[in-house]
Amino acid sequence: MKTQPNLVPTRLATPAGETAAHHNLKAPSRFNTLPVSAGIGLKPEHYQALLDQLPEIGFLEVHAENYMVAGGPYHHYLSRLHEHYALSIHGVGLSIGGDAPLDEHHLSRLVTLLDRHPPERFSEHLAWSSHSGEFFNDLLPLPYTEERLKIVCEHVDQVQTRLKRQILLENPATYVQFAASSIPETEFLSAVVERTGCGLLLDVNNVYVSCINHGLNSRDYISALPCNRVGEIHLAGFSRDTDAAGAPLLIDSHGAPVADAVWNLYAYALELTGPVATLIERDNNIPPLPILVGEALRAQNLLLSRVDAAIEEPML
Amino acid sequence: MNRTPEADFRQALLNPELSAPAGLWAWNGSDPTTRFDVYRNNVIVSLIEALESTFSVVQRLVGEQFFRAMAREYLREHMPNHPVLARFGDSFPGFIAEFEPASSLPYLADTARLEWARVQAYHAMDAGPLSAETLQVALSEPERLPQLRISLHPSAHLLRSQYAAVSLWAAHQDLIPLSQVDPWQPEQALILRPQLEVEVIPLDRATAAFTACLIDGLTLGAAVDETLNTHSDFDLNAALALLLQRQALHVLSY
Repeated sequence: MKTQPNLVPTRLATPAGETAAHHNLKAPSRFNTLPVSAGIGLKPEHYQALLDQLPEIGFLEVHAENYMVAGGPYHHYLSRLHEHYALSIHGVGLSIGGDAPLDEHHLSRLVTLLDRHPPERFSEHLAWSSHSGEFFNDLLPLPYTEERLKIVCEHVDQVQTRLKRQILLENPATYVQFAASSIPETEFLSAVVERTGCGLLLDVNNVYVSCINHGLNSRDYISALPCNRVGEIHLAGFSRDTDAAGAPLLIDSHGAPVADAVWNLYAYALELTGPVATLIERDNNIPPLPILVGEALRAQNLLLSRVDAAIEEPML
Repeated sequence: MNRTPEADFRQALLNPELSAPAGLWAWNGSDPTTRFDVYRNNVIVSLIEALESTFSVVQRLVGEQFFRAMAREYLREHMPNHPVLARFGDSFPGFIAEFEPASSLPYLADTARLEWARVQAYHAMDAGPLSAETLQVALSEPERLPQLRISLHPSAHLLRSQYAAVSLWAAHQDLIPLSQVDPWQPEQALILRPQLEVEVIPLDRATAAFTACLIDGLTLGAAVDETLNTHSDFDLNAALALLLQRQALHVLSY
């Protein structure tokens, strides 16, 4: 077996060592840290089943924008479930990767939401979704240039200052590349992490999808990232299409179970990141709760095997 | 100044006739338009699905194909202007009312208004109801009654339709048989969420007119006068009892 990378023990020194070593998934997490365990995306169709069954999962994740409403069942159930589970709030609308200034109104809505349901983590995307007052409801790609890097870093700084916390930034799933790009995506992400102090949300499905779509090696992609800065991992399903030349074009659909290739890549990623909170993301074709919990358990078992492996090795 | 990639994307995303924006490429040299179509599809389909989720009865009344074509037309002029999709579609009922191909279904726009009101009520601010005691105390001071203002629960929305929009909606929830619905029958309803469930409460015309006056902020005296002007059969006690019992009343002030 290959040697444990040095960065794993430093990760384990605090959060992972406390929670995962005791295998107590519901232990209260520290500020801005998800428990080192597997969680699922929270969907309204599962509110009642979750409250009734309280399955053994480590945390729940919601899309921030769905909860930017005044009141009603969404807040009601989220408050109750947050009494039992750690909460990750995942933004899809800040447009951090865009060249335009961030929407102050949207930042204010976010501050209000995070005051109302203080999450154990907040994360967003390296992507843009709004332009000139229009919202496109998709995570759109950006050119990786020095100029854009500066803007993205300013945006991340601004968000971290407004939210008074470190955020995680997620690597995107992309389908096209910009001729203007001069920096590899992994270097771009590393530079944002380095300059702003933000963490990474490593979406392993996105890595797999993007690497197939752009003819890259997914393991090389992950090992080029600052893996010690990964604060959460996402796993999801993709759908298959082909491009104009007949080459495979994978689409980050969040509408299928996690693929075997992505599970394998996840096991590889864990060797580099150490045990990290992992989310099963499902936004379309939402299955009954036990199916999602089953996928979370599979991730949990992989995670715990990393915890055990790391604990057996001496701290450096 | 250079055009940003965002501006080029915007144009091409919303116009399926255009090829992919300039400056895109693929590692294998394939035409980037096929790849760009993934984004185009994500944007348009996800927003149409957001409308379908809010306006599901409208979708069933016109069929999926017609609805998608109508929604696509709507998006040309009405992209969301913020990322909170619960508030996307406020102008869709008005758009339907003016949408020529749907003009043979004149009740469609009001059905959409009802569905929009239900979503707004669902996410509205939470509030407790007015207690019967509080209302009793106010009613026991007849000299101050005309100046009394009764505000409705924050989730309350009123629908007044020239058509049977309420029954059409109810028939698509399997609450009543569709065969019993006369679409040309005017109907009114109060849409309300006193606790966690949204309720659709049918109102007679006079009670609906009175409720509209309360929503407009009229004093009780002015509301009663105005309602009686158009509905001589208006029964104030019955109307207040109904609104109180359904927990539609919120706060009293003078």
